[in-house]
Amino acid sequence: MGREFIPEMLTISQDGYQPWTDAAAEPQIKIENIVKTFDGFNAVDNVSIDIYRGEFFSLLGGSGCGKTTLLRMLAGFLTPDSGHLSMDGLDLVPLPPYERPVNMMFQSYALFPHMTVENNIAFGLRRDGTPKDEIAERVSKVLDLVQLGEFANRKPTQLSGGQRQRVALARSLVKRPSVLLLDEPLSALDKKLREATQYELVNIQQQVGITFVMVTHDQEEAMTMSTRIAVMDKGKIVQVGAPAEIYEYPQNRFVATFIGSVNLFDGPLVENQADHAAIASDEWGGKIQVGRGIGYSLGHNTTLGVRPEKVRIAKIHDPMALANRAVGRIKDVAYLGNSLVYHVILESGKVLKVTTPNLGSTPDRKFVRDESVHVGWAPNACAVVEP
Amino acid sequence: MIKQVRFLGSPKPGEGRRWVIAGPFLWFLIFFLVPFVVVAKISLSTAAVSIPPYVPLISWNNDATMNIALHFGNYHFLLTDPEYVIAYLSSLRNAAVTALVTLLIGYPVAYGIATTRANLRGPLLMLVIMPFWTSFLIRVYAWIGILKPNGLINNFLMSTGLINHPLDILNNQFAVYVGMVYAYLPFMVLPLYSCLEKMDHSLLEAASDLGARPLRAFVSITLPLSIPGIVAGSLLVFIPAVGEYIIPTLLGGADTLTIGTVLWNEFFGNRDWPVASTVAVALIILLVGPLMLLQHFQSKDEPS
Repeated sequence: MGREFIPEMLTISQDGYQPWTDAAAEPQIKIENIVKTFDGFNAVDNVSIDIYRGEFFSLLGGSGCGKTTLLRMLAGFLTPDSGHLSMDGLDLVPLPPYERPVNMMFQSYALFPHMTVENNIAFGLRRDGTPKDEIAERVSKVLDLVQLGEFANRKPTQLSGGQRQRVALARSLVKRPSVLLLDEPLSALDKKLREATQYELVNIQQQVGITFVMVTHDQEEAMTMSTRIAVMDKGKIVQVGAPAEIYEYPQNRFVATFIGSVNLFDGPLVENQADHAAIASDEWGGKIQVGRGIGYSLGHNTTLGVRPEKVRIAKIHDPMALANRAVGRIKDVAYLGNSLVYHVILESGKVLKVTTPNLGSTPDRKFVRDESVHVGWAPNACAVVEP
Repeated sequence: MIKQVRFLGSPKPGEGRRWVIAGPFLWFLIFFLVPFVVVAKISLSTAAVSIPPYVPLISWNNDATMNIALHFGNYHFLLTDPEYVIAYLSSLRNAAVTALVTLLIGYPVAYGIATTRANLRGPLLMLVIMPFWTSFLIRVYAWIGILKPNGLINNFLMSTGLINHPLDILNNQFAVYVGMVYAYLPFMVLPLYSCLEKMDHSLLEAASDLGARPLRAFVSITLPLSIPGIVAGSLLVFIPAVGEYIIPTLLGGADTLTIGTVLWNEFFGNRDWPVASTVAVALIILLVGPLMLLQHFQSKDEPS
């Protein structure tokens, strides 16, 4: 079983800032029909995205999905085969990296090992010919921002992983780029530090007001930090949306299974009204009710997805007033501390994943292997997933 | 950082390591330190017509008294005779010029190999190493064929009409430099290559991202980070170049004065082993001194 998505830990800290819903807003970064091939392999395949000023935008996908290639094209380390890249109206493609108004935080941090923290951070300002006292002032300010004031004279080898990560962040922020690119900025940190740093990065981004474009393979990280996420697979954008949108309404099977965990049911559409619909699913053993109309005609083979934490589970004698109900038997129980994951075998043999919060004080809420149970969910808990 | 590797059955940590080091240590003790002590001993003697051709340091009188006679006169002689001073200085100059020129040629070569496509690096390195497969002596002789008045270069230049008389490029200092730079170039390229090849490419990307043009990035990042390679290569060239004998003899003409030729003359011409030994010991002192200083500064520089 893969890593379970734990919704309670999630706060969508970027909630409320939604420039993409404003038709009058002009995107800051325009990525249009970008194609990049390596030896005949389409690493980035006709990708178009608009990113707005002040966003924390994440490119999320597995390894080899093209997310890093896309980021490196924004930084200028790679040139697209075709398509347009522009930032604040400035055509980026012909510009070398050292002339682009963006800075990048590298996955390996790429700190200069022969320079002190201070000189690492000042490097970019010196290249711009910034006056000496202004450099000193800005370096000390950004060191305060990342809480590394007392480490100014250390070499990178004398710092811990977390401190190096902050130096890398400070170095990329000090030039006040109009866009900051982050390549897996937290992947080298251990889990505890990573979680703390997620919030810190978002705080810093909101303080400095710079657009962040982050590449990550970690869906939890993307969900926690982003205003919007672009899910990528095989060089293509699969879905772009706010974290809640992507989680609640995954457009297709890839997004539904990549972000969190999901139970999928296939079946022909048998009812379709404005306010409700239903599919007939053999795996479920009957009709599955959906709380809204579906844009397909009757008989269309439809896939429904329901998140494990939205499935209710109860003792067999418990009355459950839910439209979608079935009987099953507990096959496996996984104890995750803050939650429990049950694998319930339905009569059809289909295994349904169910997550419940660990409410230790109510013993009638605990189920053991081979116990017969009722499972069910509300009609508005499931989403239509395209194949 | 590798802490300690403990093998199964090793008595206690560190024991095995001691034995591994013992081998090379003994080797150096027997084949380097002992001969050096012998040479140092001979340098404190005086020449004599005997076999071996020097007065023994230790002699026994009839009344069982041991006499130890140490002559430091050879060292004094070395300082007072300008021939030796000139020989040392010209050897040091030859070595320094060789190290500098091999660095200037070798750095771009090593940089080029280190930054080329990965599948080309092996063959290119092979080309650097290939001359070693031919005898050193033959390669130096080949240079005579190239540089002599009716050699390759002069014949070519005459045939194109660029010159009327053959250039005088053999049996002089220039020929010595050409030969030494040629012979020692691989010793510069290899350590530089291994240093440059290890360098993290993302550092240059970071420099570029922060606004450094390629030349600036090279000066600020690549060059300082390749200093260990520059030092290693320069030492590998400089040290053997100081004592070089064959190249100055074959390419430098009759009156080339270097430590190598002086040593040869004292040993085989004058049969003055004590003076020859003194020359050798002085050379080692001359080389070891700066090396130890360098080591001292390097170890101080390393992060704690």
